[in-house]
Amino acid sequence: MAALDSDSDEDLVSYGTGLEPLEEGERPKKPIPLQDQTVRDEKGRYKRFHGAFSGGFSAGYFNTVGSKEGWTPSSFVSSRQNRADKSVLGPEDFMDEEDLSEFGIAPKAIVTTDDFASKTKDRIWEKARQLAAATAPIPGATLLDDLITPAKLSVGFELLRKMGWKEGQGIGPRVKRKPRRQKPDPGVKIYGCALPPGGSEGSEEEDDDYVPENVTFAPKDVTPVDFTPKDNVHGLAYKGLDPHQALFGTSGEHFNLFGGGPQGTSNLLGEIGVNKGRKLGISGQAFGVGALEEEDDDIYATETLSKYDTILKDEEPGDGLYGWTAPRQYKSQKEPEKDLRYIGKILDGFSLASKPLSSKKTYPPPELPKDYRPVHYFRPVIAATSENSRLLQVLSESAGKPVPDPGTLSRHQLNASKRGELLGETPVQGSATSVLEFLSQKDKERIKEMKQATDLKAAQLRARSLAQAASSSRTQPSSPDVGHCSWHVALSGGTATTRASNFKPFAKDPEKQKRYEEFLVNMKRGQKDALERCLDPSMTEWERGRERDEFARAALLYVSSHSTLSSRFTHAKEEDDSDQVEVPRDQENDVNDKQSAVKMKMFGKLTRDTFEWHPDKLLCKRFNVPDPYPDSTLVGLPRVKRDKYSVFNFLTLPETTSLPTTQASSEKVPQHQAPEKSRKPSRWDTSKQEKKEDSISEFLSLARSKVGPPKQESSTLVIKEEEHVTESLSNKTINKDVDSQTEGEGSRPSMDLFKAIFASSSDEKSSSSADEQGDSEDDQAGPGEADFKSSQATDSVETSSVARDVRQTLEAPQKEKHKKNKEKHKTKKEHRRRKEKKKKHRKHKHKGKQKNKKSEKSSSSESTDSSDSQSDEEGPADLSPQELLRRLKSLPLRRQ
Amino acid sequence: MAFPEPKPRGPELPQKRVKTLDCGQGAVRAVRFNVDGNYCLTCGSDKTLKLWNPLRGTLLRTYSGHGYEVLDAAGSFDNSSLCSGGGDKAVVLWDVASGQVVRKFRGHAGKVNTVQFNEEATVILSGSIDSSIRCWDCRSRRPEPVQTLDEARDGISSVKVSDHEVLAGSVDGRVRRYDLRMGQLFSDYVGSPITCTCFSRDGQCTLVSSLDSTLRLLDKDTGELLGEYTGHKNQEYKLDCCLSERDTHVVSCSEDGKVYFWDLVEGALALALPVGPGVVQSLAYHPTEPCLLTAMGGGVQCWREEAYEAEGGSS
Repeated sequence: MAALDSDSDEDLVSYGTGLEPLEEGERPKKPIPLQDQTVRDEKGRYKRFHGAFSGGFSAGYFNTVGSKEGWTPSSFVSSRQNRADKSVLGPEDFMDEEDLSEFGIAPKAIVTTDDFASKTKDRIWEKARQLAAATAPIPGATLLDDLITPAKLSVGFELLRKMGWKEGQGIGPRVKRKPRRQKPDPGVKIYGCALPPGGSEGSEEEDDDYVPENVTFAPKDVTPVDFTPKDNVHGLAYKGLDPHQALFGTSGEHFNLFGGGPQGTSNLLGEIGVNKGRKLGISGQAFGVGALEEEDDDIYATETLSKYDTILKDEEPGDGLYGWTAPRQYKSQKEPEKDLRYIGKILDGFSLASKPLSSKKTYPPPELPKDYRPVHYFRPVIAATSENSRLLQVLSESAGKPVPDPGTLSRHQLNASKRGELLGETPVQGSATSVLEFLSQKDKERIKEMKQATDLKAAQLRARSLAQAASSSRTQPSSPDVGHCSWHVALSGGTATTRASNFKPFAKDPEKQKRYEEFLVNMKRGQKDALERCLDPSMTEWERGRERDEFARAALLYVSSHSTLSSRFTHAKEEDDSDQVEVPRDQENDVNDKQSAVKMKMFGKLTRDTFEWHPDKLLCKRFNVPDPYPDSTLVGLPRVKRDKYSVFNFLTLPETTSLPTTQASSEKVPQHQAPEKSRKPSRWDTSKQEKKEDSISEFLSLARSKVGPPKQESSTLVIKEEEHVTESLSNKTINKDVDSQTEGEGSRPSMDLFKAIFASSSDEKSSSSADEQGDSEDDQAGPGEADFKSSQATDSVETSSVARDVRQTLEAPQKEKHKKNKEKHKTKKEHRRRKEKKKKHRKHKHKGKQKNKKSEKSSSSESTDSSDSQSDEEGPADLSPQELLRRLKSLPLRRQ
Repeated sequence: MAFPEPKPRGPELPQKRVKTLDCGQGAVRAVRFNVDGNYCLTCGSDKTLKLWNPLRGTLLRTYSGHGYEVLDAAGSFDNSSLCSGGGDKAVVLWDVASGQVVRKFRGHAGKVNTVQFNEEATVILSGSIDSSIRCWDCRSRRPEPVQTLDEARDGISSVKVSDHEVLAGSVDGRVRRYDLRMGQLFSDYVGSPITCTCFSRDGQCTLVSSLDSTLRLLDKDTGELLGEYTGHKNQEYKLDCCLSERDTHVVSCSEDGKVYFWDLVEGALALALPVGPGVVQSLAYHPTEPCLLTAMGGGVQCWREEAYEAEGGSS
């Protein structure tokens, strides 16, 4: 507020508040040292400071939050029961009484805030407010608000003031301008051109006589626009009781629909009660005439139509572009001819341009070349070698590029080192082009090995799936010739000939791919024996058969899918490395054979899939069972990575199996059987994983493992030898089992598999001996091990039964069909035997005599089974399941 | 009292209607006995679960808190808590005495068809039409399931739990048995969509009902077919089946308004008990006595053997 009054001070700007001038002879006060500064509370007691880190004043009792009696927490209340009456604590509950006092952080008493503490008024704000008041339904109603004025000025005001601004002035550099003609009102001091443009603006038009040269003036203040929305239901331009008319009796002559408001109010503001020398009093419309008034002419309002506009006139200065609240137009019309060109309002501070705007130039879009195709086409990438240089040339020519000179590579083909070379840099020492070169020799070798191993694994995986596919198609009801014809027909259809050559199902095996392509070419020519000719003659019969099927399938698949797909997709230039997906390792595949099995009511092995499944550790805990796989972190089914785009993922093959063809030689056989015999858990796991195909193939492979290998043999000598070996082996495994049982017991699912493998034909015969053996060993073994023993006993006899089977197969090696029937028969028998068991078991249970089911199962039912099954053995080999069922049902009932 | 000549199993079958409860909760989606058979739970389509004494016909408590119809419920071994699942995809654990929701497990993507406690009521297993079984831990505060068994290819219609096994029937036509002790999953293909599975009381067999109007008794260990039971009608609805209290009979709901009893061993139809005109939606068999609860429409019927005399004298 330094520069408030005098013009001479305007150049000086002072900031801050000065110190009080010292008295003469007074010594400056010494500041109180820190240790002497004390803080007291409102009762005069000393407050102790805590350290800076523990914060603030001491609280409670000796720096605790408690009292002398100690700190007592509110007792715990269960929220479940007393949810409703849970009290909500506010921050006030934790405040001290000082905080609630007048100067605390949450004062309870009513205190004037500093917004309303001062009396100084902001005139601009006042003005805007009064503008609003004048248009309000009850004029002057907002004047009441002025009684309580927020007088705290914003920082902007403060700063402006300190910079010499005065209220009532505009903001900006001072301008040289004719001073507005002031009305020298006595008693009112006016600085600058303080007053806003009043109603007497017309006087500006008159040339004033004297303007000092060196006097500058502050810019005019801008009347703030009142953006108060219309929130009443009055008509447009309704004014209510005009205080002018009511108080001072000046009657508005003409109603201006658009331009009335602001002008009138500014008038009001400028001169309210100041300029008019009239006596104050209420007069005019609706108020009648007071007793003291002399004139009584204008008691009632006289409305005449002449007060209103009847047409909307163009030349009206405020043409209502922005509504009536818009700032008034600057009325000094010095260049009236410009207004003729420009209809509309020229903003304050702007003038019409002397030069017209140059129109923007627009450019037409480029013309497309005639052969332009809006589809991207990847050109094949071919590495430049000596062989295909011509091809490369052709390609690049077709692409419209000049053939790159091998010497001058394009910018993008250069790598860092080459660019450096061009720039004449010395190459970085030991510049390795790849990270691999930093590796030591050992690591490199290791990586190589790993790579080979994974390749091998992938190959094995593939081979397995191939074998599955091929073997399944082998024993299809349609003979190879028929199948051959069918796909031949399919291939020689129209679509087959239109295929492109970029479908490479065997891309990983170039040789094979070559053969496949050859095959396709032959097919196209319509040669029937196309396959036989393009197959590798050095392959075995089995391999050839397999490949023939593969080719046929690939061709079929390709025809069906490719023609539709190729029109939509282009091939990616880069090979996707991660074309593998995680799939469950074991899948319940292929419902077809199961359906047929269900139809034949051959439930059991045919309809059952068994998977390794890892329960969650916590789940085991909750179920109170030991974790079956304590070492594995896996949960659920084990998963493996598979090729995403393998042809065989999409093939649904009618799964049946054939017998293995090329198999191990004689000395391999016992070795092959040995791991199956041992009951080590780990071995079982692996052997099971190998047999993870569908149930039928598993089933048949089981049979194969018994029958298959000896079938290859032609001499009985070998068989005998084998018997010896297996016998000795089985003895060994028995010994092994004794110690392995201690570790693998309880968590091992070996029982099912044992039954599945060994229970079929030899079971009945061996059961008696098995029982004996089992009984003898039962004493030291627990009840759960009785099963083990018996099956183990069957193991030892198994070899003889194998031999028997072998002899049979030797007699009729070609009759696969017959053998199959036999297998079926076997399962039926077993199936029935099981049922017997069940019934028997049930009977016993119902009588309530037997409690121990396991032991019963292994002992008593076995004995009855043996007698039953022996009687069955005489029966015909082919019995319908219904027949069997019927018999089974009748049997035990009769006995009872 | 002079009994007539004892017919073969005749008197044992519950065929005398002793009580009819009008549940007043819309359609009764399922009726379940508690562990000892003294009380029963009815799951209503009006989002409530009710606890009854079925023999006296008294309503003990109503449990409300589901957001949609309740489809299945089960009681814990100690009768202290209940679990239920419904169309709101939530599995709810209730406190029996207070009637409050103890926990609400969310995570299923579809409505929950079936819920079961494990033996110690520490885990709730819920099967949903989102083709997953979720194992919810009641002990911890974890919101996620302990394990999700998502091997099924279609909705789960039935889940049963033994001490170490989870038996699940799915609409994909397979019965899966998860053996926690052995760490193996046995999947038996039946073909037709499974509506209900259950263990026999001796734990050796599984009974499977499917939408081809057939019940099958399978050997649990090998999956072999031990018996087939036909004659009823089950082609559209998810109907319940069970074994009688001593495993002598196979009991199944039917869409023709009857409950069918077959002799377990012989497979012959022993009794077709007419319940009413509609579909028998659900049934529950008393764990120890020949007492059967059936649900049809909005009511529950309680059936006892012929020789049964109510304690209060009222029938």
